[in-house]
Amino acid sequence: MTAPNLTAGRATPARPDPDPAPARVRRSRRSLRDLALVWGFAAPALVVYIGFVIVPVALAAVFSFFNWNGLGPLERFIGFENYVRAFSDPVFLGALRNNVVILVLSLAIQGPLAIGIALLLNRKLRGRTLIRTLIFVPYVLSEVVAGLAFRLMLPPEGPVDGVLTSLGWSGPKPQWLADPDIAFWTLFAVLTWKYLGLAIILMLAGLQGIPEELHEAAALDGASWWQTQRRITIPLLGPTVRIWAFLSMIGSLQLFDMVWILTGGGPLNATQTMATYMVDIGNGRSQIGFGSAVAVILFLISLVIALIYQRAVLRRDMVGAVTGRG
Amino acid sequence: MMNTNIRWAAVAAASALAVGVLAGCSGGSSNEGGGDGEVTLVWWHNATGEPLTGFWQDVAAEFEADNPGVSVEVQGYQNEELQRTLIPNQLRTGEGLDLYQQWGAGELAGQVDAGYVMDVSDQVTQEVEALGGVVAPWQYEGQTYGLPYNFGIEGFWYNKELFDQAGITELPTTLEELYDAIDALKDAGITPIGVGAGDGWPAAHYWYNFALKSCSPEVLQQSQSELAWDDPCFVEAGEMLAEFVAAEPFQDGFLATSAQQGAGSSAGMLATGEVAMELMGHWNPGVMGGILQEETGEEEASPPEFLGWFNFPGIEGAAGDPTAALGGGDGFSCSAWAPPECVDLLRYISSADVQTRFGEIGAGVPVTPGSEEGIGDPNLQEVLAGLREASYVQLWFDTAYGPTVGGAMNDAVVQLVGGQGAPEDIVQAMTDAAATL
Repeated sequence: MTAPNLTAGRATPARPDPDPAPARVRRSRRSLRDLALVWGFAAPALVVYIGFVIVPVALAAVFSFFNWNGLGPLERFIGFENYVRAFSDPVFLGALRNNVVILVLSLAIQGPLAIGIALLLNRKLRGRTLIRTLIFVPYVLSEVVAGLAFRLMLPPEGPVDGVLTSLGWSGPKPQWLADPDIAFWTLFAVLTWKYLGLAIILMLAGLQGIPEELHEAAALDGASWWQTQRRITIPLLGPTVRIWAFLSMIGSLQLFDMVWILTGGGPLNATQTMATYMVDIGNGRSQIGFGSAVAVILFLISLVIALIYQRAVLRRDMVGAVTGRG
Repeated sequence: MMNTNIRWAAVAAASALAVGVLAGCSGGSSNEGGGDGEVTLVWWHNATGEPLTGFWQDVAAEFEADNPGVSVEVQGYQNEELQRTLIPNQLRTGEGLDLYQQWGAGELAGQVDAGYVMDVSDQVTQEVEALGGVVAPWQYEGQTYGLPYNFGIEGFWYNKELFDQAGITELPTTLEELYDAIDALKDAGITPIGVGAGDGWPAAHYWYNFALKSCSPEVLQQSQSELAWDDPCFVEAGEMLAEFVAAEPFQDGFLATSAQQGAGSSAGMLATGEVAMELMGHWNPGVMGGILQEETGEEEASPPEFLGWFNFPGIEGAAGDPTAALGGGDGFSCSAWAPPECVDLLRYISSADVQTRFGEIGAGVPVTPGSEEGIGDPNLQEVLAGLREASYVQLWFDTAYGPTVGGAMNDAVVQLVGGQGAPEDIVQAMTDAAATL
């Protein structure tokens, strides 16, 4: 996609071209130089991108067809066996299920919560800046720091249990991180705590973009606050919500750091995600081939979901930017 | 508008930067000395804390002083990072690493098969003879590929004060007596055993010990060489473990407890008197010292006075050797392309002098005969005595079987300990993992 070169001098009309293709404006030396410059500036970034993204992805795809422990040459080609193994591995399937549950619940719980809180905060109230800061802080913290903090707070009779006791909870408390039936929900609660702030900030930014005149017009027409929100604000928040949902989905699929720090995928694989399982298998058990297959599956799932979502949902918001025209 | 020359200069600079970034990925210093017989040895080990980091630096400096023209670049890395990522990646490049941490057995076999490790059999005959059976994990198919500098056996580290409080006067020597001790501790309101099942392997070590007690050494050796576990003794080990777990000896929430990180870990709980026992290897005093240093901020904090050690008790009527012990150690190997000086350094590390000083800093149990008096810690003396008395020493199963089978085994054991698996599942998981090799 090149824009017509408006700066180049007028091309002299050439003799009619023998082939019927539309006559091309011959590039002047000047624009060739410009092109070289463009490529020259783009090349370093491209080199780094190819070296750090494209090549590793391609290598993982290659490794995934081999039985390879990371030592010695790639010799034992086994076709799709690693993929078959992944989809017959209960731990991997459990990890996949965890990713899907986190994805769906994040959308269903964080979305409405974030919109609601953003609507409440989107007005003149005292201490608004402070509240916004407090909401955003968890997102700014690194995953590792937040994960470690919760790990320290959640052991049996730890600080969290202490607070609950002082609130009058007597008797045994749930084992937040050690009970396989509860650990997953603990993880989800921590993730919500951490990522709700991002959603709220995005929604608030979206709300800033809604023209005040619309609200005034609605008020003149006698619409209630609730009607205004339902008929004007929320529909106009659409693009923001759609973009946030996209980020949330991709994040849910690729979730790694928080799980790794908080539970390591345990107890009894209850909080394993595709990414933690991949590292477990590839690094921990020296099965680079199988681990790469898991990586490729994760990549493909993310890619397919991203493409479908962009085509079906984001198209209106991003015409021309990503999806091309028409 | 930028001047064209400046623009092209910017392009060139950016390109150089990008190439530099990519080049930085192929780390590892090259081994080409500057001619005149100058040699650089790159040495990687897994010590990340004092006193051991400083000790290896001293050893490197001494070796440089004794060998003019040789310089040693010594570097410590975090254990798992080193074992699973750094060393395999560096070995694949075929350069830039000479002497490196070697866990032995299954790990070693994979590296030898890939042609990465130097066969040092002919150069270390004296050392092998002096060390005896402890070298076995660093040997493969009759050849020697490295030497250990540290080897110990596992046992229960226990709190003498809490044992007194519970009225336990005799250390358990049989499984029955261990059960009695657990009951006595519970009656006194004390958590009997801390276990870091969150890390997997600490819980798996119980199964290792039961397997060691229910399987004869012959069966163990055969299963290790064939990677097959058909003998019913392996299922029996799982049954014994299930029975042990049913006695509820562990702390609350043990499935999420780590082994060695901070006061909340199983080692931390033992060091701070929260639990009465922990089944752990000979490195435990060092780990506890480190945790106490972190917690108290005192650099001189050392393992508590109340610590004692006893071997995993025997089991009446089991087929295993009652005096067999489970253990493991640390060693170094030279890469296949390392210069001959690498072997000299390996031998120097094994020398009685270096080994005696290794014992003095309390970092482990030295292996070279003549270095025993260096061991100051009475508990480590106990460990050494246990090692000497053991008729058969079984290397940690996960090391012996290699990471693929070992990881699957550890995971399956934790499932059983967590109440979600059967004894047969452990054997099944190992068999399945071995089938993928």
